[in-house]
Amino acid sequence: MDLTLRVWRQAGPEVPGHFETHEMRDVSPDMSFLELFDTLNERLIAEGREPVAFDHDCREGICGSCSMMINGRPHGPERGTATCQLHLRKLPDGATITVEPWRAAGFPIIRDLVVDRSAFDRIIEAGGYITAPTGSAPDANEILIPKEVADAAMDAAACIGCGACVAACPNGAAQLFTAAKYAHLSLLPQGQPERWTRVVRMVREMERWFGSCTNHGECEAACPKEISIDFIALLNRDYVKAQLRNRALAGQRG
Amino acid sequence: MAVSGIVLLGFVLVHMIGNLKVYLGAEAINRYGEWLRELGEPALPRTAALWIVRAVLAGAFVAHVVAAAQLTALNRRARPVGYRSPRDYVAANFASRTMRWTGVIVALFVVFHLLDLTWGTANPKFVRGEVYDNMVASFRRVPVAIAYIAANVALAIHIFHGAWSLFQTLGWSNPRLNPARRWFAAGFAAVIGIGNISMPLLIVTRVVG
Ligand code: HEM
Ligand code: FES
Repeated sequence: MDLTLRVWRQAGPEVPGHFETHEMRDVSPDMSFLELFDTLNERLIAEGREPVAFDHDCREGICGSCSMMINGRPHGPERGTATCQLHLRKLPDGATITVEPWRAAGFPIIRDLVVDRSAFDRIIEAGGYITAPTGSAPDANEILIPKEVADAAMDAAACIGCGACVAACPNGAAQLFTAAKYAHLSLLPQGQPERWTRVVRMVREMERWFGSCTNHGECEAACPKEISIDFIALLNRDYVKAQLRNRALAGQRG
Repeated sequence: MAVSGIVLLGFVLVHMIGNLKVYLGAEAINRYGEWLRELGEPALPRTAALWIVRAVLAGAFVAHVVAAAQLTALNRRARPVGYRSPRDYVAANFASRTMRWTGVIVALFVVFHLLDLTWGTANPKFVRGEVYDNMVASFRRVPVAIAYIAANVALAIHIFHGAWSLFQTLGWSNPRLNPARRWFAAGFAAVIGIGNISMPLLIVTRVVG
């Protein structure tokens, strides 16, 4: 199949960028979107030109590196799919595909399609941990957890930190990422001791870098792991509770 | 944002129900206007309850506008350089993306509305206490009727997103009830929109009045 690629090129953080057009003739529909970029880069290198810088690592949808805005949607048109798992057969033959980096103040552009996502690490450092002794693994079923709770925590834990939620959000808000990272710890018994400090610290850190949620729901639609905005509701509710609660009594059940 | 929004939602609903008395004739709505002033008597002095409600409303209004301004500033700062290619939105709808504009239209309208039917400055035939005649005199002016209708379309669009959004903001989420939130917001917007628009529409077309 044939595709016309319009790719954002930017030599460094401070310099202006522009779109560069490349005709991709006779590419296999079974290629992944990243393989299309590999093909392009091999050609550019052979021509003695600078290859397009893009982030990638696992290429199996679990590391969250591959961040590209493809025709106005993070990770492209297919739902629940990271860029590395998007195959060219999902795109119309002969189409023009425009690719640009995530755009957010919290994600400064390093080069071409690569952005610096360390603001997410700052949010995790603020509260995305539990203080448990890390000795030998505890016995299975030592702490009983209802199936629904384990499932919900697992749904939140599916977040790969790719940043598509921020990229998709008209407000550049990071609520879905923060909520997922908050929820997968705070839903489980092991996450309770830090729960009320965690929510406040993570939200405050998030607001230092990103915009704020007005419930467009665009993040949920863009998320390659299809994480639900129900977790944002949980984050909001717990944030309010954390302000109102007498934390000296937080050790009680219920 | 959500708490002040709920106060404003409560107000627009009660305000609309009260105003629909215009369909029961001059006496009904004038008596309602008088009742608002007497509310709380004899425990409270005349108009005291009315002024308390007005103060709460003004507070909610100011809080809502301040929060909207802060939110807008935060979100502008969050994406100083926008996308260079067109976005393809999947979930964000017209209502959610125009909250700022529908909000500003409603705010400007509120100012005009107060000048028109509360203080009478913008209504040459205004007579204090003659609620029915004042409404009819005001809405018989075609440009004014159009302004009322347009502003209430904006309000309905604002409510369509706001009355859904507030559940998420306050964390009122339950998988069994969540599908009802969209219907609640759509229903609220429709009731307020249709109720409020019917009055200028039926008066300017001389069906009523
Ligand atoms: C004075 C003019 C107004 C302005 C400038 C304004 C602006 C805004 C903005 C920018 C938002 C944020 C978007 C969001 O969080 O979804 C919002 C939310 C909202 N507005 Fe307004 N608005 C105004 C009047 C009203 C009125 C009269 C009502 C009541 C009928 C109302 C009800 C709401 C509700 C319920 C929300 C959602 C709150 C939330 O989820 O946090 N607003 N408004
Ligand atoms: S490269 Fe790892 S998720 Fe795409």
